[in-house]
Amino acid sequence: MKNIKYLGLSVFLLLLSTPSISHGMHIMEGFLPAKWAIFWAVLALPFLILGLKNINKLFKEDVNAKVLLGLAGGFVFVLSALKIPSVTGSCSHPTGVGLGAILFGPTVMTVIGTIVLLFQALLLAHGGLTTLGANIFSMGIVGPIISYGIFKGLKKTNMNRTYVTFLAAALGNLATYCITATQLAIAFPDPASGLVGSLMKFLTVFAVTQIPLAIVEGLLTAIVYNLLIEYKEKGVISIENI
Amino acid sequence: MKTSKTNLILFLLIIVIVLVPLIFMGDSEFGGADGEAEGVILDINPDYEPWAEPILEPPSGEIESLLFSVQVAIGAGTIGYILGMFREKKKVVDNR
Repeated sequence: MKNIKYLGLSVFLLLLSTPSISHGMHIMEGFLPAKWAIFWAVLALPFLILGLKNINKLFKEDVNAKVLLGLAGGFVFVLSALKIPSVTGSCSHPTGVGLGAILFGPTVMTVIGTIVLLFQALLLAHGGLTTLGANIFSMGIVGPIISYGIFKGLKKTNMNRTYVTFLAAALGNLATYCITATQLAIAFPDPASGLVGSLMKFLTVFAVTQIPLAIVEGLLTAIVYNLLIEYKEKGVISIENI
Repeated sequence: MKTSKTNLILFLLIIVIVLVPLIFMGDSEFGGADGEAEGVILDINPDYEPWAEPILEPPSGEIESLLFSVQVAIGAGTIGYILGMFREKKKVVDNR
């Protein structure tokens, strides 16, 4: 059973990791006017600094932390490269930051999100350096905060934890792309219908495409969460937050 | 329900969600959503000129897919290694 599961996982990942020729879902290089690029970068910076501090603290306190952080980081690397077809006939990709946000809190994922965004901006012409701040803000800050908040909030209820994890990751993912749409709408208000009209247009492009992908991200996160819980119960790892 | 069983069901669900658009919308292009956003931007503001260019653009779709595969390989390798480690640890714990 276990073997089949891992085989299935590898085949699945391989199938999905064959990317098509297309760009990604972050705001493209040069596509935010300079003042907004700077605005989002300045806003993202304190979270990044706080995240680095928290990672430092984590490594000092917890022996498990490095391993689990590696797992959460790997998860972001895999998921943010998987371009998945959606019902709108275009492709987008999950972010993968929900898992880490649940395990470590949101700011730690700001750091990991930044690493992945830098990788894609520098090597893949995907996203960009001028839009890095804005993309960090959506994928590395708001997404993880929403995931973390939902998980924290619903953990206390007697709702099934797998379901809570699913919701946290899926809605965090959706939030990321709503923020992306908002960032673009603020920078490019529609001359006729204004900010709202423009927001609607960008939301149609990003958020609608993203709905099935948010569900996929939620399910994948729930799968890893289930595995972690099993190992936790067996005493293999100790994780406090979940 | 056993973890492995739950997870198997979740996997099947994912596969269904991914396959549905491919099967029912087979004639779509499945381009990137950000390319479409670019279209919306130019629609709203036709005069907008991107003021920066990517430093390094992959020379072809093949190279781009290579780099994406590398990204996945790094991530999947890490995940596989760590989950494998947990599994071996579990065996040790079980045999105690």
